Amino acid sequence: MGENKKNYVASHIAALPKSGIREFFELVNNMSGNVISLGVGEPDFVTPWNIVESGLFSLEKGHTAYTSNLGIPALRKEIVKYIKSNYHVSYAWENECIVTVGVSEALDIAMRALLSPGDEVIYTEPCFVSYPAEITMAHGIPVSVPTYEKDAFALTPETLVKYITPKSKVLLLNFPCNPTGAVMDLENLQGIADLAIKHDLVVITDEIYSELTYDNIEHHSIAALPGMRERTIFLHGFSKAFAMTGWRVGYACGPAEIIDAMMKIHQYGIMSANTTSQEAAIEALRHGKKAMMKMRDSYCERRNVMVKAFNEMGLKCHLPKGAFYAFPNITSTGLSSKEFAKGLLEQQQVAVVPGAAFGASGEGFVRCCYATSINEIYEAMKRIKLFVESCKQK
Amino acid sequence: MQNKVLNLLRENSRISCQEIADRLNISVAEADEIVQTLEKNKIVCGYTVIVNEAALSGAKKVQALIEVKVTPQRDGGFDKVAKRIALFDEVKELALVSGGYDLLLTVEGDTLQEVAGFVSEKLSTIEGVLSTATSFQLKKYKEAGKTIEFTDEYERLKVCP
Repeated sequence: MGENKKNYVASHIAALPKSGIREFFELVNNMSGNVISLGVGEPDFVTPWNIVESGLFSLEKGHTAYTSNLGIPALRKEIVKYIKSNYHVSYAWENECIVTVGVSEALDIAMRALLSPGDEVIYTEPCFVSYPAEITMAHGIPVSVPTYEKDAFALTPETLVKYITPKSKVLLLNFPCNPTGAVMDLENLQGIADLAIKHDLVVITDEIYSELTYDNIEHHSIAALPGMRERTIFLHGFSKAFAMTGWRVGYACGPAEIIDAMMKIHQYGIMSANTTSQEAAIEALRHGKKAMMKMRDSYCERRNVMVKAFNEMGLKCHLPKGAFYAFPNITSTGLSSKEFAKGLLEQQQVAVVPGAAFGASGEGFVRCCYATSINEIYEAMKRIKLFVESCKQK
Repeated sequence: MQNKVLNLLRENSRISCQEIADRLNISVAEADEIVQTLEKNKIVCGYTVIVNEAALSGAKKVQALIEVKVTPQRDGGFDKVAKRIALFDEVKELALVSGGYDLLLTVEGDTLQEVAGFVSEKLSTIEGVLSTATSFQLKKYKEAGKTIEFTDEYERLKVCP
C-alpha cells in the first residue's frame, strides 16, 4: 500500500482492543531461559490415542470431502444422546444441533444470528477474552456483570437484575468459568433462569468446561431448567474435556429456528466443520469417557497442590470447583495484576495471565492454569513464593 | 483413598508422601499410613524402575518371553510347578495364562547364552514341564504403561486464552 494513508479498516473493528492475552504472549515469547508457563488455556495432555487413531482411519478411508453443513449425522446423533444423558435436555439431531469449528465459531454465529444493532448482551466478568469482542463484532452492546470473590465468582440473581434493561436481549453464561473456575449451584441458576424468563432473555450457555468439575459436584445446565430449553442455546465442544483444542470441533444445540439461522451463517461462512475432526469426535463420545475421567482426576490433584501452595504463601485463593484454572488474589502484594505478572515473569520466569485481561473485575487476580505437569507446578509455586516474598520486603 | 494412593504409586513409585498428601488433599501422616498399610498387607510388593536398555552404554540385559506347557499336578494344580519356576532369579515375571500354553515367563540374563542355558538346563528339565517356546526380545516399545524412545516433545503455546 505504501503511500496510501487511507484507513480501510472498519471503524468498529479498528476500535476493538487487542486481547490482553496477546500482549502478554509477546512478552513471554521474547523471554529467554527456562520459562514455566501457567498461562495456557488448554489441556497438557495429547488427545487420547483412540480418538487420534479414528481421525487417522478417517483419512485412510479417504473421507476428505465436505460434510453436511450441520455436521455428520452420526456425530449429531451422538451429541444429542450425550447431552440427553449428561445434561438432561433433549434435542432433535436433525434440526436442533449444529457442529461448528470449536465453541468459538458457535458463539460467533449465535451472536450474529440473534443480535440486531443496539441489542444488549449481558455477560459475566471476569470472562473468556473473546466475549465482549464477539458481541461488538455482531453489532451488539456488551454489558458486563461483575462476579465477586465473596460469591466464589458465581453469578447471583441479585447482581444480575441490576444490569437488565429494556434493551437486554441475550445473557451469556460460562460455568464452569474461564478464568475463575467458578460453578453455579442450582439455587442461583434457578434464580437466573427466572430472570431470563421474566425479562424474555435468550441465554447462550458456554459449557465447554462442564465435564471438568471436582469434589463430586454435579454440573447443572440452565438449558435443563423448566421453561429454559426454548430460550437457550447450549454450546459445547471437545477441546477441554477430551484434550482436543487443535482439532477445532464444537457444537450448538437449541430451538430449531435459532439453529436454522445459525446454520445460514455457518453455511455461507464456513461450509462445514473439519471432516477428520468430526469423525474423531464421534469416537470421543462413543469411547472417550474413561480417558476423560482420568484426565479430570489428574486436574483435580494438581488443583489441590496449586491452591494449597497459594494459600500457604499468603495469596488468598478460593478452591475452584471447575475448569482448570486457579485465580488467586494478589492484592496483598500491593501490585496490579499486570505488574505482578510482568514482575513474576522477569524475576522468576513464571508466566501467569493478569486478571485484568479478563475484564476490569479481574483486576487484583491472576489466572494460573493447572493443566501443567505436577513437577512444573511444584517448581512454579516455589518461584512464585520467592517473588511474593520479594514483594513484601519492598 | 487407598486406591487413589495406589494409582499415584502405579504412575510414579518414587512419589513422596508429601506429594501424595498435596494431590489428594489429605495429611502427610494419613498418606504415610496408607502407604505403610499397602506395604504391610503385601498389596504393594515392591518398587521397581523402567529402564530403556537400548539407551544404556555397555552391557545390556537380554530378555526373552517364554511360553511353557506344563502338566498340572494332582495335589497342586499349576501352582506347585509355577512356584518352582518362579524362585529362579532369572525369572522376572511369571503368570498362568489361558490359551495354547500354560505359563508365560519373562526371563532376563546378561547374555543370550545365559538365557538359553537357563531354558535348556533348568527350565525344561523341571518335572512337569512339557515344552518351552522362547522368543528373544529385540526391541522394547512400551513397558509398564510408558512408551520407550518415541515420545516426542511437543511445544504448546506459552500463553493462550
